[in-house]
Amino acid sequence: MSYLGQQLVNGLTLGGVYALIALGYSLVYGVLQILNFAHGDVYMVGAFLGYFVELALGGPTKSFLPVPLMIFIMFAVSMIGTGLLGIIIERFAYRPLRKSSRIAPLISALGVSILLQNAAQLLFSANIRSYDTSSFIPSTLGFSIGDVTVDSVRLTVLILAFVLMFALSRWVNKTQVGRAMRAIAVDRDAAVMMGIDIDKVIRWTFFVSAALAAAAGVMNGLLLRGVSSGMGFVPGLKGFTAAVIGGIGSIPGAMAGGLLLGVVESLTQGYLSTNFSDFYTFLLLIAVMLLRPNGLFGKKAIVKA
Amino acid sequence: MTEQTTPENLGIGTDEWVAQHEKRLSRRAGLLGIVDFLNQKVSPLVRYLLLAIFAVGFGALVHNLYLLRIAANLAVFLALTLGLNVVMGFAGLLDLGFVAFFGFGAYAYALTSSAQLNQHWPTYLSVPAIVITTAFLGYLVSLPSRRLFGDYLAIVTLFFGQVFIQLIISSDSITFPGHEDSVDITGGSNGIPGLDQFKLFGYTFKTITDYYWLLLVVVALLLVAITRVDRTRVGRAWRTVREDPLASQSMGIKVNNLKMLAFIVGAAIAGLCGTIYAAIQNAVFINGFDMPLLTLIYAAVILGGSGSIPGSILGAFVMSVLPEILRVQNYSEILFLTVLILAVAALSKGWKRFGFNASLVILLGLLVKVISSALSLATTPTSTWAVGPVSKALKYWLLMPANRILWGNIAFVLLIALIANYSIAKERVKFYLLPLIAFIAIFVWEVRLVIEPNTTRQLIIGMMLVVLMIVRPQGFLGKTRVEVL
Repeated sequence: MSYLGQQLVNGLTLGGVYALIALGYSLVYGVLQILNFAHGDVYMVGAFLGYFVELALGGPTKSFLPVPLMIFIMFAVSMIGTGLLGIIIERFAYRPLRKSSRIAPLISALGVSILLQNAAQLLFSANIRSYDTSSFIPSTLGFSIGDVTVDSVRLTVLILAFVLMFALSRWVNKTQVGRAMRAIAVDRDAAVMMGIDIDKVIRWTFFVSAALAAAAGVMNGLLLRGVSSGMGFVPGLKGFTAAVIGGIGSIPGAMAGGLLLGVVESLTQGYLSTNFSDFYTFLLLIAVMLLRPNGLFGKKAIVKA
Repeated sequence: MTEQTTPENLGIGTDEWVAQHEKRLSRRAGLLGIVDFLNQKVSPLVRYLLLAIFAVGFGALVHNLYLLRIAANLAVFLALTLGLNVVMGFAGLLDLGFVAFFGFGAYAYALTSSAQLNQHWPTYLSVPAIVITTAFLGYLVSLPSRRLFGDYLAIVTLFFGQVFIQLIISSDSITFPGHEDSVDITGGSNGIPGLDQFKLFGYTFKTITDYYWLLLVVVALLLVAITRVDRTRVGRAWRTVREDPLASQSMGIKVNNLKMLAFIVGAAIAGLCGTIYAAIQNAVFINGFDMPLLTLIYAAVILGGSGSIPGSILGAFVMSVLPEILRVQNYSEILFLTVLILAVAALSKGWKRFGFNASLVILLGLLVKVISSALSLATTPTSTWAVGPVSKALKYWLLMPANRILWGNIAFVLLIALIANYSIAKERVKFYLLPLIAFIAIFVWEVRLVIEPNTTRQLIIGMMLVVLMIVRPQGFLGKTRVEVL
């Protein structure tokens, strides 16, 4: 029982990270109907930014700030910086292609992905860095229910992921930009006729999408996984899968898909085999696509030629 | 800028002007126009004949094993590009698991023709069996996304590629129920060495030359087959499906079946390439079937023009010769400078301005050199970096800082920022930006990129894909598509 509980906690933490990445895919897809292949690499940039902020604040052990404040600054700087990068990518790689065929932005995104990955390799070298979280957040901190322990890093990540998701749904539902974003997702032409500044909304969408990816990247670093230029590919793929499983374009779908994927991955790793975890996730994707082609939360797509 | 051509200054009637409208739209200016002209003058048959003569001549005259190996790899790559061109170019499907089928073919050949499982199937049995199995695998992969759009196919195939790699890596210690010991099937990340050679019609393929001739035949057959298919009902239907699925559905075309057919044909070609590639390498390793190869094949198809067979040939040539050139510093420097000068010349729009820009670049370099020596900045001694003819020529002009990595990185970021800025700048600003960008590009290349050829190659491919999509999405030899909005 305790083993299952522990796997569930781990799965939810991982799922929170996946959900944040999936949200980025879904937001962009909702507005532009393009799959942002470069999203995984944006996540990588976010993780690197967090790492460099940590170094700038004195490194893992010698920081002059209290730990919560340091973590807050890491998240804030990384999210804002990466968000700006998202805006820049949209401006130069996607905006010129807004009126072209469907496949052109996909290829362009593939190009941006290769560019980001190799630029990171050039600038930061191929070494794998580590946030070294355990030296400033002792792993003994945390609480346990029965035999299940939730250490403080996992707790931080879980709480932050849910706070960010909550903030996002408030933003989408309550603000002017969020409303405009939903309007564009429903009918772009009508939205433009209603006087919505489409460029501004798309800028915001890319900013938020990239910022969420950056948060996921910093969380990944805090969870003591290595930071390197090639780290974005697999989480990007998983986030993408989570978005498809939940129903691409749907925000609650992306959250649910991410959490589900995290739990499934953690359980299969715990009970079946660590080596073949991607294979089981792939089976889940196939099953969802066969049984519910539009995802768990997706609406039936109406194709306009 | 030349004077705007209007009906008035051409001195022809408006009707004639209207009549020529289509033709004028398709005509391109400058060098590309000349290429177009030649392209139209020489008939396809003559072009392929010239290519064949060249290929046969190469095989007959060249005995340099290194060159032959490059040529054989090029032929495999060309076959792969043609296969992807069917999937992506003809049918418009974004198949991101294409290299997994290639890898599947290679591993299947390795398992049926090596000591790994102690299987030594005859070639005439194993290769057709593998091609059929790969095609069937393609069918299975295309099943879940059969009703869906390109995006879903993209994610399923991308994930399939990832799963394939994980399965191969992890299948080196599998425990079957009822057995104690774990079995090593794929050799994990160590790969499978020591494969059998091809043996066809009583002839054993021993040297790379043998395989070169085999590949020549395979590529020729493939070319003929694909060209023929392109003109059949199926080929036309593929194009229709690509352009407008809804319209073709209402014309009675079975859209899903055709998409799956294209996908399966692509998988089969990739599987065939895999078997030959494995036999040439005499071993299989999983890292040969990963993202870098996929992006390279995609770059080849897109660069040449997706949907165009001559385009695929051109793209495959460029994308497989380019990495070989970039590997050698002397060649890569010459290539880089040539491309840079051509680019500056094209963007300068006129020889006078080109001269002005060139002299500005030279002045900039001298200025930086003088300032740096006035500040007595530490530099790398010229003897250690000026090795090739280009860098030797540059050594009196270019500043080579002692900390190459730091300054190179700073300049690299600056270069990216300036190029991005250039794409949206006003004409007047562009005028001043161009020489600055050219100078920093030379600096970054010599200081930083020259020492990291692999990363440089990938950066170039990435940059090329983005720029190409913006400037010329149909590729060099592709046709402009009419988009229905």
